[in-house]
Amino acid sequence: MAIAFKSPTGPTPTFQLKNNTAAHSFLRFPSQRLAVPVRRFTPMAALSTAPTVGLSETFTRLKNQGKVALIPYITAGDPDLSTTAEALKVLDSCGSDIIELGVPYSDPLADGPVIQAAATRSLARGTNFNAILSMLKEVVPQLSCPIALFTYYNPILKRGVEKFMFTIKDVGVQGLVVPDVPLEETEILRKEAKKYGIELVLLTTPTTPKDRMKAIVEAAEGFVYLVSSVGVTGARASVSNRVQTLLQEIKEATTKPVAVGFGISNPEHVKQVAGWGADGVIVGSAMVKVLAEAKSPEEGLKELETFTKSLKAALD
Amino acid sequence: MAISTCHATSLPKTCLPSFTTLRLPSKPKNLHLGRPESKRSSISCNVTGQGSTVCNINGRENDFTTLQRPDSVGRFGQFGGKYVPETLLPALTELEKAFHSLANDEDFQKELDGILKDYVGRESPLYFAERLTEHYRRPNGEGPHLYLKREDLNHTGSHKINNAIGQVLLAKRLGKKRIIAETGAGQHGVATATVCARFGLQCVVYMGAQDMERQALNVFRMRLLGAEVRGVHSGTATLKDATSEAIRDWVSNVESTHYILGSVAGPHPYPMMVREFHAIIGKETRRQALEKWGGKPDVLVACVGGGSNAMGLFHEFVGDSDVRLVGVEAAGHGLNSGKHAATLTLGEVGVLHGAMSYLLQDDEGQIIEPHSISAGLDYPGVGPEHSFLKERGRAEYHSATDEEALEAFKRVSRLEGIIPALETSHALAYLEKLCPSLPDKTKVVVSCSGRGDKDVHTAIQHLQV
Repeated sequence: MAIAFKSPTGPTPTFQLKNNTAAHSFLRFPSQRLAVPVRRFTPMAALSTAPTVGLSETFTRLKNQGKVALIPYITAGDPDLSTTAEALKVLDSCGSDIIELGVPYSDPLADGPVIQAAATRSLARGTNFNAILSMLKEVVPQLSCPIALFTYYNPILKRGVEKFMFTIKDVGVQGLVVPDVPLEETEILRKEAKKYGIELVLLTTPTTPKDRMKAIVEAAEGFVYLVSSVGVTGARASVSNRVQTLLQEIKEATTKPVAVGFGISNPEHVKQVAGWGADGVIVGSAMVKVLAEAKSPEEGLKELETFTKSLKAALD
Repeated sequence: MAISTCHATSLPKTCLPSFTTLRLPSKPKNLHLGRPESKRSSISCNVTGQGSTVCNINGRENDFTTLQRPDSVGRFGQFGGKYVPETLLPALTELEKAFHSLANDEDFQKELDGILKDYVGRESPLYFAERLTEHYRRPNGEGPHLYLKREDLNHTGSHKINNAIGQVLLAKRLGKKRIIAETGAGQHGVATATVCARFGLQCVVYMGAQDMERQALNVFRMRLLGAEVRGVHSGTATLKDATSEAIRDWVSNVESTHYILGSVAGPHPYPMMVREFHAIIGKETRRQALEKWGGKPDVLVACVGGGSNAMGLFHEFVGDSDVRLVGVEAAGHGLNSGKHAATLTLGEVGVLHGAMSYLLQDDEGQIIEPHSISAGLDYPGVGPEHSFLKERGRAEYHSATDEEALEAFKRVSRLEGIIPALETSHALAYLEKLCPSLPDKTKVVVSCSGRGDKDVHTAIQHLQV
């Protein structure tokens, strides 16, 4: 299947920003750096169709309804970007509350074999960040739930932290997860994310000491990402009982929503974690696997729908 | 990053331990030879914008005698740091604490010194390479004097054992029963497998599948020593992927496992810790130079992949501005070929395997596959302190191609009866360019970081002998 989205090329005669905050910040760029985003990206007009709701706002709404958020993860460009675009719509229509979209990286340290392989396949097909942005620009307005990007740090650095934040905000991304940047290295990310209204999600894990966890939840935006187990991403037979205790400890430290991820792969896990008091559950490798193991992209999308509905049902 | 200011009123150097002491371990704070220890200085650092740090030490930006490396947050200027998943952070903090506390632990020092002497075979000789010196003598009879720091004579055949011993003792103190390591050429894997056998610890070594093929002898050695060698097939199946896989293992087993990282790379405290365990190379060199010619070396030359042997040799002399520091990277098929591992020469600043440093990356920030005939230099990153020394102009970095390294491999074998490792051969190859420009009797010390027996299989495919 061909990749349906191409980077927009050619200069755009007029450039209008959606809101004034972004416009002011944008003007702070040195003039040389200003030139690139202006030329590369088309105006924001197409974006304004769907009201963009942030991550924390989403959690607040769900909490008022007594619901737990379903947060699926898929890797962009696996098997190809047009399937990713369709998958985002399927996930949205099946009741996902936030979607985490993985940006493929050559050296994904925090990922297990399933997501590693997905990233490798995606990169081998030529997926690049501009193509992902173009796809998002077209798809995000058609979604009712917010998108959080999951990406490693080096591609952000390479682009420039400020430019990265501006660019992802421009295509309607609401949140960001950077798994290889722990709290002490987040200052630049936090500063730039704040400037552009991107919610920077921080992770806490079973090995994180309590005092450190408190500092993490204090700095986290959007939600607190509780890593359920000591390890990398990937399905596990069961969810550790430690999660229940960890959830209680985090809840004592903050009123921010907490979503649990890593190793959660089926409706039983989802139900269990929701029962322990999580505000959201993140299912990654299991989703990626459904798409990866399907005989065709169409079949993959169908199975993705069935799987997502089964997870959603576990939360009702 | 917000503007932060650190103020050090005591001499920063003294907070770094000296594990490889040549003097009594009871006075570890006085072991930094030739430094103006009594001087007090104030340091102010401004961390700005994209993470670049400007340090001002009494107004002297490049006073390496007093500049603390790394700083309190594990940075060498803008380089270094701890870019790893949150799960590992507590383990890194624990490791740093243990490392600092052992610096003043006499029992630990004694045990380490004893093992380095009787098991590793230290000190390693500083050998005058007479025929190599002759080779570079100019028609008028002038030329530099070449010495080899014989790390190849260490047990297991390379400098890697210095660090492996230090870290395994540290792991024992931390109560870890399982050791993991990554390896490229296999030298660090063999060193780690060796110390695990010696101390009865479980050992798993990650090695790129491609490297396992070109370093089959070392794979067998590791297995013979009781280690499990796990082939890594992901990515480019070389050292970079082996390192990623070792980090993933550590993330998954951090509570039971110590990761013996084999270079001055990775997240803080590894670049500092590995440097300190190898610093004995430079310390011995200083003393041996004083004995042999009553002075210091003028030029130090070492190959740089991640940069552990170079850092081990350089560290002692970083504060001696009259000692020239030369690192030699792998230029593979040539700097313009796109197939090389010359990270400092051609790379850009980024984050890989836990540290900010120079690395080989594309326009998207994806890591580029490096190439070198030498598996130990075939790495797209480099230790952050090397990036710092380059940026500050304290050390210079050059490169040698596969072909030049092979020529040096053969040349030194024939002239000195020493078969150097292909990694080492890169340092030796650069002598061809360096020596003609050096004044008469310049004292050059080359780090002979490893022996080349392991590379014979590779060399057979390229060399006519």
